[in-house]
Amino acid sequence: MQDLFRRYGTGLTGTFFVLTAFWLLALVILPNLTLLEASFRPYLPVTEIGGPKDVYSFDNYRKFTANPIDSNLLVFPVTMPIHTITFLNTVIYSAVVTFVTFLLSYPLAYYLAKIADPKSLPTLILLLFIPLWVSEALRAFAWYIILTLNGPLNAVLTGVGILDKPIRWQNGVFTAYDAIMIGLVYTYVLFMLFPIYGSVQSLDRNQIEAAEDLGAKWWQTHWRVILPHAKPGIASGCVMVFMLSAGSLLVPAQLGSTRSNWFTQSIQQWMLESQDWNTGAAYSFLYILLCMVVVLLVMWIFKVKLSDIAK
Amino acid sequence: MSAGIDLDNVCCDFGTFRAVDHVNVSIKPGEFFSFLGPSGCGKTTILRMISGFNEPTEGVIRIGGKDVRGQRPNQRPTALIFQNLALFPLMSIWENISFGLEVRGVDKATRRKRAEELLKLVDLPGAADKMVSQLSGGQKQRVAIARALAVEPQVMLLDEPLSALDLKLRQHMRAELRAIQKRTGVTFIYITHDQGEALAMSDRVGVMSHGRLQQVADPRDIYNNPVNGFVASFVGENNVFTGTASPDGSGFARFDTQHGPFRARMAPGVTGKNIKLYVRPEHTILSEAPGAENSVAVTVGDVAFEGNFISVTTTSDTGAQMVAELRNDGSTKVPATGDKLYASFDASAAAILPDETAV
Repeated sequence: MQDLFRRYGTGLTGTFFVLTAFWLLALVILPNLTLLEASFRPYLPVTEIGGPKDVYSFDNYRKFTANPIDSNLLVFPVTMPIHTITFLNTVIYSAVVTFVTFLLSYPLAYYLAKIADPKSLPTLILLLFIPLWVSEALRAFAWYIILTLNGPLNAVLTGVGILDKPIRWQNGVFTAYDAIMIGLVYTYVLFMLFPIYGSVQSLDRNQIEAAEDLGAKWWQTHWRVILPHAKPGIASGCVMVFMLSAGSLLVPAQLGSTRSNWFTQSIQQWMLESQDWNTGAAYSFLYILLCMVVVLLVMWIFKVKLSDIAK
Repeated sequence: MSAGIDLDNVCCDFGTFRAVDHVNVSIKPGEFFSFLGPSGCGKTTILRMISGFNEPTEGVIRIGGKDVRGQRPNQRPTALIFQNLALFPLMSIWENISFGLEVRGVDKATRRKRAEELLKLVDLPGAADKMVSQLSGGQKQRVAIARALAVEPQVMLLDEPLSALDLKLRQHMRAELRAIQKRTGVTFIYITHDQGEALAMSDRVGVMSHGRLQQVADPRDIYNNPVNGFVASFVGENNVFTGTASPDGSGFARFDTQHGPFRARMAPGVTGKNIKLYVRPEHTILSEAPGAENSVAVTVGDVAFEGNFISVTTTSDTGAQMVAELRNDGSTKVPATGDKLYASFDASAAAILPDETAV
């Protein structure tokens, strides 16, 4: 701190210090604290705010476990509160998205880190980055067009004779969430690719060669040497993709079917359609908490430490 | 079990660069063979071709008489010890050692037992459950050897494994490596740029330069009878003179230089423009009276005390620099800077050699 003052002078350092503090306090911490406070208060007509009914309670949070209905989780019929089902579906399909991005990213990351010619690497990485320059909303909309009934995917598949007649992809072929998962995988795959690429790249090539020299087959080298080394990268990629998928609103809203519901959409419905910010805030905080529990649980199962992810 | 290795006219190209150029050598089963040469001479490429990480562009490599071209490293009966050892940092010591058995499907109890045995062999008992990061450089070295021995290779390939150790430990590990090689009887192929290592450990040494094998011989022969100027100057120190030779047909030749005529050994058939006369500093004698032959009047320059010997740098009146090494045993008077002396050498201790040839 003193070093900064000495190097850049009191005026400049002070200005940036105040700006950063303002940003953190006024734009991040205070709004969140306000919402947290609001989440414990009932949704009341304006005239009754501050009145005798305006007391702190967990009522907003309890709505999460209200209204049991008959529905499906994956293929299993269940009777559960409607928002709990939405939450579980979101977590399950976000996990599937995370797993699929891992399956796509690991071979590609390994190829980029250890096989690709270093001279062509900048071109390859640029090609991977270009889609990221387009906004997430546009990319979701692009998939909407691709998957639509008279869209290019159906045209190609019926054209070459794989399909007899066009499919309503967005209604879901396997689950009601097919299109959402495609969109999320496409949107967040790079958040998995680059951490894995970084960790595989830091592996000494001699380690791979030593394993092979000692008689390991290619999959044994991956399982015993490369994957364990890449574990921190895989873990941070998984946490990022899972949290981003679970927290995505644009993609599920754009690509969802009539039978799909993402938890972010439930929050949005409380906030915008019901104008009930109190319940919306309660759902938001509950959601962050539950997602963190899921992440910590998975990290504990796979013996990943927090310090691994921070690498 | 150990196997011999034949390199038959082996070449290896990287693009337009020829890293290994027509190398022919037969390494006997159970032999300790070193490839010695400066960095970039192609010795590591030879090692990688034997272990299977590179394929020869031309020529044949046979291990135990069998052509191994096209076999992957995991199919060859060789084990490579990398320069940086390449131990697996996320595995314990015993898992490292038994990795080769693990990938062959050996059960855990057997693997553990084998790892303990090998740790005893490399004199590191009780380290089984430690992690790699807890070991010192010399201990890591032993683990790498044990890990390679675990797969019962017929040939062990070592890529300058001692270069990261300090001097004392390096000398100790030399003896250790030699002892392990004798105990196991496995063929050892050792790569180094350190002539001391190569000479001290090997049964035979192959000296390499620019991808070509210059000379293959036992360590004494390499040092005492180098076939060319490269071998003479890479292995040990020399005083070198340039001039023209006139052979006398008895294995000796008159060698005319601007510093006077000399007489030295000259093998029949030595030709070429760049022939030079080489004489070792320990064969260069300083005296107050002129020697019988090959004598030059010199002035003593730097006198460096090296411990077991004293290195005296002198300059002749004609401008030639000659270094003489005196044993520090009290038998010779140590000259002082500025002394006028005569430097001489025996004709049989000096050799007239061409620059480079290929075996």
